[in-house]
Amino acid sequence: MQKIGVFVCWCGSNIAATVDVKAVANAMRSEPGVVYSTDYQYMCSENGQNLIKDAIRDYKLDGVVVCSCSPRMHEATFRKTALSAGLNPYMVEIANIREQCSWIHKDMEEGTQKAMVLARAAIAKVKKNAPLTAGTTPVTKRALVIGGGIAGIQTALDVADAGYEVDIVEKSPTIGGRMAQLDKTFPTLDCSACILTPKMVEANQHENIHLITYAELENVSGFVGNFTARIKKKARYVDETKCTGCGICTEKCPSRKGLNAFNMGLNTRGAVYIPFAQAIPNVAVIDTENCLHFKTGKCGICQKNCSAGAINFEQKEEILERKYGAIIVATGFRPIDASAFDEYAYTQSKDVVTSLELERLMNAAGPTGGVLLRPSDGEHPKEIVFIQCVGSRCSKDAAKGKEYCSKICCMYTAKHAMLIREKYPDTNVHVFYIDVRTPGKNFDEFYRRAAEQYGVDYIKGMVGKVSVEGKKLHVQGSDLISNEQVHIDADLVVLATAIEPDPTARSIGTMLTASMDTNDFFTEAHPKLRPVESPTAGIFLSGVCQGPKDIPETVAQAGAAASKVIGLLSKKELVGNPCVAHANELLCNGCSQCEKVCPYGAITYEDKEVRGPEFRGTKRIAVVNEAICQGCGACTVTCPSTAMDLKGFSNNQIMEEVDAICR
Amino acid sequence: MSDKITKEEILRICNVQPKKCMKCGKCSGTCPAYDEMDYHPHQFVYMVEHGQIEKLMASQSIYKCLSCFACLERCPRNVEPAKLIEAVRLAVIRQQGKNHMTENDVPALLDEELPQQAIVSSMRKYKK
Amino acid sequence: MTYSYFPGCTLKNKAKDLDRYGRLSAAALGVELEEIEEWQCCGAVYPQASDEIATRLSSVRALNAAKEKGQPLLTLCSACHHVIKRVNHDLATNADIRTKVNNYLELDTPYQGETKVLHYLEMLRDEVGFDTLKKAVKNPMKGTKIAAYYGCLLLRPSGVMSFDDPENPSIIEDFIRAIGAEPVIYSQRNECCGGYMAMEDKGAAQDRVEKIHDSARKAGAELIITACPLCMYNLDVNGKENKLPVKYFTELLYRALGLEEAKDNV
Repeated sequence: MQKIGVFVCWCGSNIAATVDVKAVANAMRSEPGVVYSTDYQYMCSENGQNLIKDAIRDYKLDGVVVCSCSPRMHEATFRKTALSAGLNPYMVEIANIREQCSWIHKDMEEGTQKAMVLARAAIAKVKKNAPLTAGTTPVTKRALVIGGGIAGIQTALDVADAGYEVDIVEKSPTIGGRMAQLDKTFPTLDCSACILTPKMVEANQHENIHLITYAELENVSGFVGNFTARIKKKARYVDETKCTGCGICTEKCPSRKGLNAFNMGLNTRGAVYIPFAQAIPNVAVIDTENCLHFKTGKCGICQKNCSAGAINFEQKEEILERKYGAIIVATGFRPIDASAFDEYAYTQSKDVVTSLELERLMNAAGPTGGVLLRPSDGEHPKEIVFIQCVGSRCSKDAAKGKEYCSKICCMYTAKHAMLIREKYPDTNVHVFYIDVRTPGKNFDEFYRRAAEQYGVDYIKGMVGKVSVEGKKLHVQGSDLISNEQVHIDADLVVLATAIEPDPTARSIGTMLTASMDTNDFFTEAHPKLRPVESPTAGIFLSGVCQGPKDIPETVAQAGAAASKVIGLLSKKELVGNPCVAHANELLCNGCSQCEKVCPYGAITYEDKEVRGPEFRGTKRIAVVNEAICQGCGACTVTCPSTAMDLKGFSNNQIMEEVDAICR
Repeated sequence: MSDKITKEEILRICNVQPKKCMKCGKCSGTCPAYDEMDYHPHQFVYMVEHGQIEKLMASQSIYKCLSCFACLERCPRNVEPAKLIEAVRLAVIRQQGKNHMTENDVPALLDEELPQQAIVSSMRKYKK
Repeated sequence: MTYSYFPGCTLKNKAKDLDRYGRLSAAALGVELEEIEEWQCCGAVYPQASDEIATRLSSVRALNAAKEKGQPLLTLCSACHHVIKRVNHDLATNADIRTKVNNYLELDTPYQGETKVLHYLEMLRDEVGFDTLKKAVKNPMKGTKIAAYYGCLLLRPSGVMSFDDPENPSIIEDFIRAIGAEPVIYSQRNECCGGYMAMEDKGAAQDRVEKIHDSARKAGAELIITACPLCMYNLDVNGKENKLPVKYFTELLYRALGLEEAKDNV
């Protein structure tokens, strides 16, 4: 007969307020196999843990059930407790009577009854538990950063400085990301490029950092400490090792149809181009959609003019396969498509622009050389209207938009408004806002300066419609303070469009089996306590891919992610999870169903000599690589012959639990 | 007037959830009848939520709404202010003797060209 | 294709042109419009209140008549279209309204929003096709600059009407192109004309109308077309000195198809 101990936690009043913990402990005492049952205020406290340890020794327990919070919270704690008292840690089961019971019930009687059922199920399960021992795996001392914006660059620099090799995979031809497109940064107004480009250069020159630009992640396999990534390096048609970045090809190129993505499509560029002056690597790239050579087979002017002989129309894409111990997601964001909000006439007038487009219209390297001019006719705008929250803070059932606050818009609009008023004092600036959100260091002071010193006209209300009337943009909105409808004939309208995760994030999340929320932001392992880690081991989050944030927050998070990566890479080996799948050789018929559903590629097949009562001879059976298996259980539910089973969560154990619940 | 019309009665008629409103004012920013109204679309949402039904029932705004659905279309939180305005109007005209317009008013308002639709719709909107 | 046609009250009276030209053009394009027998008024105004059942019944009768014939229901008047389409949506999606309406009507089989409701313009776009229409045009209106006036009822709420992009529609512009004329884009084409105010508060309606004519004229339009009898009345009667001529789109369709001459030749 087994000796089971049951420990019912009050969790202060979290559990005890809706579950009669004493009644639960008493009832469990009469369960077959239970030799000890008690309750305590905080089982996770040192005293609580000592209670468990003492009971293990005194009653020679061979199984422990803790009725407490979710196993996500304290399963690891109680396993360590058992281990220190000499019990195999996998002989501990948690009955979650908090999240799944006390928190969701109001009635004490109901809550208590349910807690008893859950406790009985855990007892039934622990009786079928077997001691398990975790294996260990080595760690590849190299990190992969996905995305070369400020988040990716900062994480890479910090990890590289600790002495580990880092690869940055960037989908565009240069690193730098969104920050490179910004003119000035709030609230200090320092030039974005001036503070970013030294970091770009540092990343390029760092002996431990390897830039893989114009490249995409194709596939990732493996697990924490031992990932394998396939990276597709797209053809630039320019030899990176030969190109000197002189730019002659870009000047000579006769095609001028390609939209300049760096300038948000506000002007055009050649078919062979360098994204911007400080691009890294400073190497040209050919856009085949607009290149006359690729379209007609003629031209080749760039090739003729390249003294370095770097143009190579025959270049092919390359596939790299590398091993990594850790992967950092830094995929960033883009502004939403403003054309969905056409009541603001974004598709109907060139003079309705997004805030990121305005950054380019104000930047010295932008299409207007830093002079603020209307895109339609090149005239100075004298009346400018900013509209906040375009596509942010929309309800779930609204036809369009995001539910979240994009966080950065209040501040960048204050910045835009201030800079315009400073440079063009005869231009009137109006900002329609719902709330001005400035919870950052020196943020509110900055916003007040825009309003008080620079005379920016903040109007509490929203614009209902922007009408294109000849050269003017008629803005009709509400002023909630004066309780009036206001009408402004503007020359330029700027939309503070919501930001959304980069569209590549979803497929990368799938590749990494890293969870995402409904907005395609990556989910953190714990919203407060593990904010830079994905719940998937070995995957880390840096920057806006996890949620909207400004530059200082991004840099801070990038550094935090780096420290977590360094912590991982500095380990000699990793202790694995012993709750892995294994195939019963006698039952397995080698059908390959399990291999197809395994998300980690942990299952292979081999022909094996089998001796059973019904079958003797060689047959094809599934073999699980325990180092790769993450214990998800997909194979066990797929297996048609019930040969696959999961240690610690065996079919037998689950059925015992179900039986106990149904009893 | 016998029983006072409550907020709950208004919300029952129109199925609107004024709590969803984030008070941005876009409804009033887009309303083409704004200048003719004493209480504006965003105020309907606020005042119904705060139970100030009588003021709204006495308001001329309920006869000024053009039923153009611009507020409803453009509201970022799908609050549907037009439905609230209609519910308040219904609460008024459903009361005995509270029709805003009757058949007797029509002849004086007629002209040669006036389409039937205008007459029928004003009876539908303003009379029980 | 044969449609159950719902003309509505105004098309039998003040808006006879909208109806007559629509029918003749449809026939010329090989589209059969079968007028629903003993149809009743659509209700004129869509009742937004969820407890208004009686005001939805006449629309449901028309919808059910089309269902029994197994035909889509075609409308021409914007207001009828709006009311019938939204009531149909209620019957398809709102269980409470569906139950109450069906309890009242006592139909052989309950009506549950099965009928497809199309506006004449949608029929032209999706059934005939603007390319085919273009080929059928005998008198292209070359060089005429026409402003499409959508108003409210065809477009909003877009989630239910699913007629076109509510902020930047194109169906009437495409129609204008198909009959060989040049569409003029102007800001007020999807803003309200104030038609419902036209009886009671002429001043308010006139202000709206003036804004629409002004916007269309400044954008270079010579003519405004519409599908709504109330907009037609309001834009015309309440227009001031700056007003442009206003026509039903079906009249232009009729002329472009050369049906006028055809009639004269008989």
